[in-house]
Amino acid sequence: MQNSDLMSERSTTFPAGIEVERQHDPDTGADTMTINMGPSHPSTHGVLRLVLELDGENVVRCTPHIGYLHTGIEKTMENLSYYKALVLTDREDYLSNLCNNLAYSLAVEQLVDVVIPEKSQVLRVLLNELERIASHMLWLGTHALDIGAMSVFFYTWQDRDLILEIKEHMSGVRTKTSWICPGGLRGDMPSGWYERVESFLNQFPKRMEMYEGLLSNNPIWLERTRGVGVLTPQDALDAGLTGPSLRASGVAWDLRKSNPYSGYEQYEFDIAVGQYGDVLDRYRVRMEELRQSYEICRQAMKRALAMPGAPVRTNDRKIAPPPKAELDTSMEALIHHFKLFTEGYHPPVGEALGVVEGPRGEKAYYVISDGSNRPYRVRIKGPSFYNLQALPKMCEGRLVADVVAMIGSIDIVLGDIDR
Amino acid sequence: MGLETDQPFLTVSMNKVVNWARKNSLWPATFGLACCAIEMMASTDSRYDLARFGSEAFRASPRQADLMIVSGRVCKKMAPVLRQVYDQMPDPKWVIAMGDCASNGGVFNNYAVVQGVDQIVPVDIYVPGCPPSPDALIHAIMQLQEKIDQERFSQRY
Ligand code: SF4
Repeated sequence: MQNSDLMSERSTTFPAGIEVERQHDPDTGADTMTINMGPSHPSTHGVLRLVLELDGENVVRCTPHIGYLHTGIEKTMENLSYYKALVLTDREDYLSNLCNNLAYSLAVEQLVDVVIPEKSQVLRVLLNELERIASHMLWLGTHALDIGAMSVFFYTWQDRDLILEIKEHMSGVRTKTSWICPGGLRGDMPSGWYERVESFLNQFPKRMEMYEGLLSNNPIWLERTRGVGVLTPQDALDAGLTGPSLRASGVAWDLRKSNPYSGYEQYEFDIAVGQYGDVLDRYRVRMEELRQSYEICRQAMKRALAMPGAPVRTNDRKIAPPPKAELDTSMEALIHHFKLFTEGYHPPVGEALGVVEGPRGEKAYYVISDGSNRPYRVRIKGPSFYNLQALPKMCEGRLVADVVAMIGSIDIVLGDIDR
Repeated sequence: MGLETDQPFLTVSMNKVVNWARKNSLWPATFGLACCAIEMMASTDSRYDLARFGSEAFRASPRQADLMIVSGRVCKKMAPVLRQVYDQMPDPKWVIAMGDCASNGGVFNNYAVVQGVDQIVPVDIYVPGCPPSPDALIHAIMQLQEKIDQERFSQRY
């Protein structure tokens, strides 16, 4: 699109502010007003646009409009070799990078049929749970901020920053590490990494107590969340909800239990299930998940520390690069390295699905191979897209002020919805 | 001349004093787009504390803001909205393109993403990185402060 087109379109599309339109229904005598919330709005968690039809303070109808962050990630992945397409998985749901990496890697590993070493499985679980904690920390901070509890944000971001530093320690970047790759991990953990994770985990239960103290019995918090945005189990299933939002409605469905991957069946943990399916339950379920993630991290740490020096990457040089030290001494290693990063590998014709339980729900990558070095098609299933479907149902008949609480409670990420 | 007074006073050029005021209270608009917005939020948290440089007051309304941090990829559907938000900001106003995507499209050279936000709004500072760390964003804001210091205040009104 040319710039001039962009500019001329501007006058015809919705502006970023609030646009008011009144309708009068002669039969009922009701006056409704349509207002536009977003896509530039501080509490829509990104660039979500909601068109709300209001009767006074009550929401009569809520229509989400999406696509303001459509990035064409699926299409772009088709033009990259399998190894390179990995970096784009970090960039779609940008709060669960390592979970996306894992889902994509699981799919590609099925295609090329490679078995990865035990230690990398353990570290994958550890990294995924740390990512879940980081994501839930961000959710907790912003959700509380939306409802009006400002200080929680500052505390939760401290914890989130500690996890980002753990990621930075292993890879050099804070968020988009691409550390989980087809064939295992990019590398083993550097020295001092486990101590850092350990010290984070040591202080974490205390922090959880503090968060509970700040919110769980806070009368304002309870008032704003209890009984708001109720979803019955049937509603939740009909909308295709997954993840904590589904479990809060009382459906005990967690892929880590029902369809374990990366060795989740070897860990002891419970899945948190809610009772009423309101905003408060969704909060409670996520808080419990944080504690369970902590337990899993502890178990995974124990296992990982028991395997010092074990390989974290497959020995199949067609799939994963050789260790750096080998490049100086072995001609073959150099060739493999060169081939992998220029041409990549050619999985046999077929299709594969990699699914993980991300912080927001089921994250799936469906990869089709036509035998070339690039995926023929990559389809990403983002849990936020399905979770958002429940929003209109929740909003109807509620107050405008509750809408932000409900948006926060389903924990959407626009990068995940629009891709 | 009327300068005889027992109160202390200071003579200073208008340019200096206006620029001093402008550069030390840059209020960004809350305009989070994608992944970079998360790092932008991180720069306001208690660890990085953007408040030390006078820019922590993110305003939800563009009418109250004088700095737009374009944090993330701008796709073609969002471009008109971005321009509208920019137009709603009162002068003087500045723009920081945060991240590779906002600067030049980054890894997304495709049909959906605007290849650089400078096609839509004038950009003062580009911040490289995917995403730039909060330190990088703070550095960009300090660079912008330097830039404002060197401007003639009457050029922007
Ligand atoms: S520059 Fe990187 S981090 Fe920033 S929006 Fe683009 S992909 Fe996301």
